[in-house]
Amino acid sequence: MTDFSDYKGIWVFCEQRSGELMPTDFELVSEASRLAKEIGCKVTGVVLGNGMEAASKELGGYGADEVMVCDDPLLEVYTTDAYTKVLCDLVNEYKPEVLLMGATNIGRDLGPRCAARLHTGLTADATHLDVDTKEYIEFLRNASTIDVETVKLDEADRNLKMTRPAFGGHMMATIICPRFRPQMSTVRPGVMKRAAFDQAKADACQVIKPAFSITKEDIHVEVLSVEKAAKKMVDLIGANVVVSVGRGISKNVKEGLALAEKLADAMGGVVGASRAVVDAGWISSDHQVGQTGKTVHPKVYVALGISGAIQHVAGMQDSELIIAVNKNESAPIFGAADYGIVGDLFKVVPDLLKAIESERAAR
Amino acid sequence: MKAIVCVKQVPDTSGKVAYKPDGTLDRASMDVVTNPDDLNALEAALTLKDETGCEVVVISMGPDPAEGMLRELLARGADRAILVSGREFGGSDTFATSQILAAAVNRVGLGPDDIVFCGRQAIDGDTAQVGPQIAEKLHLPQVSYAAEIKKDGNKLTVKRMLEDGFMMLSVETPCLITCIKELNQPRYMNIKGIFECYDKRIERFDYEALKDDPLIETDTIGLKGSPTNVFKAFTPPLKGAGAMLNGDDAAAKLASILAEKHLI
Amino acid sequence: MDFSFTKQQQMAQKMYREFAENEVKPLAKKVDAEEYFPIETVKKMAKLGMMGIYFPKKYGGAGGDVLSYVMAVEEMSKVCATTGVILSAHTSLCAAPIYENGTEEQKMKYLPKLLSGEWLGAFGLTEPGAGTDAQGQQTVAVDAGDHWVLNGSKIFITNAGYADVFIVIAITGQVPDKRGRMTKEISAFIVERTFPGFSVGKPEDKMGIRGSSTCELIFEDCIVPKENMLGAKGRGFQLAMSSLDGGRIGIASQALGIAEGALAETITYTKERKQFGKSIADFQNTQFELAEMKARIDAAKFLVYNAAETKQRAMNGEKIRYSVEAAEAKLIASRTASDVTRRCLQLFGGYGYTRDYPIERMMRDAKITEIYEGTSEVQMMVISGAILR
Repeated sequence: MTDFSDYKGIWVFCEQRSGELMPTDFELVSEASRLAKEIGCKVTGVVLGNGMEAASKELGGYGADEVMVCDDPLLEVYTTDAYTKVLCDLVNEYKPEVLLMGATNIGRDLGPRCAARLHTGLTADATHLDVDTKEYIEFLRNASTIDVETVKLDEADRNLKMTRPAFGGHMMATIICPRFRPQMSTVRPGVMKRAAFDQAKADACQVIKPAFSITKEDIHVEVLSVEKAAKKMVDLIGANVVVSVGRGISKNVKEGLALAEKLADAMGGVVGASRAVVDAGWISSDHQVGQTGKTVHPKVYVALGISGAIQHVAGMQDSELIIAVNKNESAPIFGAADYGIVGDLFKVVPDLLKAIESERAAR
Repeated sequence: MKAIVCVKQVPDTSGKVAYKPDGTLDRASMDVVTNPDDLNALEAALTLKDETGCEVVVISMGPDPAEGMLRELLARGADRAILVSGREFGGSDTFATSQILAAAVNRVGLGPDDIVFCGRQAIDGDTAQVGPQIAEKLHLPQVSYAAEIKKDGNKLTVKRMLEDGFMMLSVETPCLITCIKELNQPRYMNIKGIFECYDKRIERFDYEALKDDPLIETDTIGLKGSPTNVFKAFTPPLKGAGAMLNGDDAAAKLASILAEKHLI
Repeated sequence: MDFSFTKQQQMAQKMYREFAENEVKPLAKKVDAEEYFPIETVKKMAKLGMMGIYFPKKYGGAGGDVLSYVMAVEEMSKVCATTGVILSAHTSLCAAPIYENGTEEQKMKYLPKLLSGEWLGAFGLTEPGAGTDAQGQQTVAVDAGDHWVLNGSKIFITNAGYADVFIVIAITGQVPDKRGRMTKEISAFIVERTFPGFSVGKPEDKMGIRGSSTCELIFEDCIVPKENMLGAKGRGFQLAMSSLDGGRIGIASQALGIAEGALAETITYTKERKQFGKSIADFQNTQFELAEMKARIDAAKFLVYNAAETKQRAMNGEKIRYSVEAAEAKLIASRTASDVTRRCLQLFGGYGYTRDYPIERMMRDAKITEIYEGTSEVQMMVISGAILR
């Protein structure tokens, strides 16, 4: 087996947009800090941008032992070429054992390019990470249908076990990268739990400014402009309540969506949707919950007319309370729900709106 | 000028899914389809063909039945179809796949005006890695998540989507672009194409044809060579069934439960 | 009979299904409710080569076969019978007669535009006083030296409001029959919408296929160039009859599609609809109804595909006719469509009677298939004529 003793530490590539770190960065640093305890190593946050030194220390508060900051006008806005070059040069120089980044549209552009250049494997969109085999078996006990008592695994195995959904969420696969380093994974935003912020740790966090080189000639794609979406993007991940609609609204799409919006308003939430609804073009894809959409864990998740394909359930099963309304009593969604009502959403939702109103009036 | 499109035949994960008694996925029971994002990539290439008359070449790595898919792509308007197939390639991860496809693109020949189009990601793996990795291996500039493409000479202006907005990017050919659903509406097969596509030959690149390409590292292709390995595959359990609320007052019952839990 | 489809036919069927589901089905309700002619669908079909499926590429056709065309009408009719008949009338009653009877000049002039779908075609035979009795024709064409002058009218002409080219049957004189009695001499003409003296009347308000533009054609000293006579002078009746043989295969496919579409809707509905604590599909009455309908549909399908294959053999040069095959296909498929849609609606119960579900539309659409391009009674005359000869 190849000797990897030169490779040490966990790196988290921390993405910034317009000079601000992304929420995913804090989730990943928190998770990396948990893993670092299993491995016994340091966590390094890597920030590429322009004038990012001050903001980067915040990563320490979530578990980064140090941050590596590369400031340069050419790094202010993300380009594949510049970021790949700088990040890969740093990796080759410092040799981290693990490199994580958020599976954002940028992380999913940068990650594969870097993995190809670094000649290593990359796991996409991981939702769970383990090093310790015992911990992994405990994870399987809860998250799989495998009878873990029959599973024989090498307890000395120290490979990073990166678990991710596959086949549209119908399956989970744990991926390892035993022959190459660093072990790389993009990690799905919103999945890892952010640790409590510790100001003392943030203050103690070391900032390293490594040497790097980047020139205009390295960059083959010119950024003409960066635009924020005019309409507010749906904040599914941060929402307390998500009211999602599925194919059940097909009878009257307009009214179905309007009902979902009314219910979401009444409960202080936002509207989500199943893949079928997005694919049909009835709602934009930023509403999509599920394997190919977003993973949410709100306090209340309401599934209206959603059959509950595993790919959808994968994106909402960690919600604190799940309510399902479906005409078909054998719909799989009821298997994932805390409360279920068999009925036509076009009748149940108006009833529910009335009932919520009278509950409120009664108080 | 050529537009080279990389496509994959995938199980239709949006359709009916069956499991074997041991809990693993019964792949044989699933329909196969052309990966949806790849159809957007093909449409981008065909749009370019409509505008410039360029040649559209589709390349797919996969087992023999993928030939049927390639014929359908010819029926949609592609000019040439290449099936990259070989026992040695089976089980390749994204790293391995991208070097094989990059070598196949090399064999087709990439000119200064050419563009490689890929779908953003395939619905079986959802990795979104093969496109950027082909670009890296071919030393091409890449633009992923393309939602709009305008071409002026050998300069492309591309709208690249972000979660919270978009970037407008400018890139010159040769380059690689990964396409998303918002880019276009894939055209249907046309009748003339359907009746002509069986007269065309599906070209085949096997291991022998590609192994001497410098991009191919014989020890990092196939199941054994792939840098990443599947350590365990399993199906997630569904949460235990909850309470069903029945009767005409089901909604009222639910509202009072929500009120009790202070959720409304 | 060999109905193992070729790979091309299977591929075409897959394309038709995707197209019907995504482009045709979403418009079907509007087409019916608003008597809306789905012109955008026609343009889309044109782009895909569907307006000239079985004609040679030489004339701008797609180079396909008759069965592939029949499948197109069938698949469109599964979701929207109006779209099915637009395609059928254009192909079978306008493009086909020109292809089968036209001079090379006529073919080169009209087929590329028709087969590419740039132009839409129609066929005018029926008159207020001449339905099944084609000898009752009143529309007259008079030879005016370097052109023909047409006077009269045609009614119930499918596609009329949107068609650019019409095959028109008219009287060109008197000729003695075998027994020496004087009878009308009937000829066929290719009439363009822009010819002077030609106009189209108001659309009919119909029970079904409400979006198909069914109008009157009016000829008032309409000037038709000499070279626009289609086929030989005096052969118009035979031309019309053989065109209708082909047309009947199209209508039979339409009827087949309507029945299949209704059954598919009903299967879905009976699985969803619960009564007495179970799906109505769990009741044996439902199961038997569905089973019998399926068997009848498959029987009709064999006849329709058989007619298509027989026409294909004729097109390939075999000296055979397909009048009886077409008549049988239309007779059985149209009766099946009416029967199946009626029974499907019964399974839907009250919901089926409302416009929330497509089943009542399908039932209304089905009826016309027993009437136009020869009623069921005419089909039986054709069949009995052949067996009693």
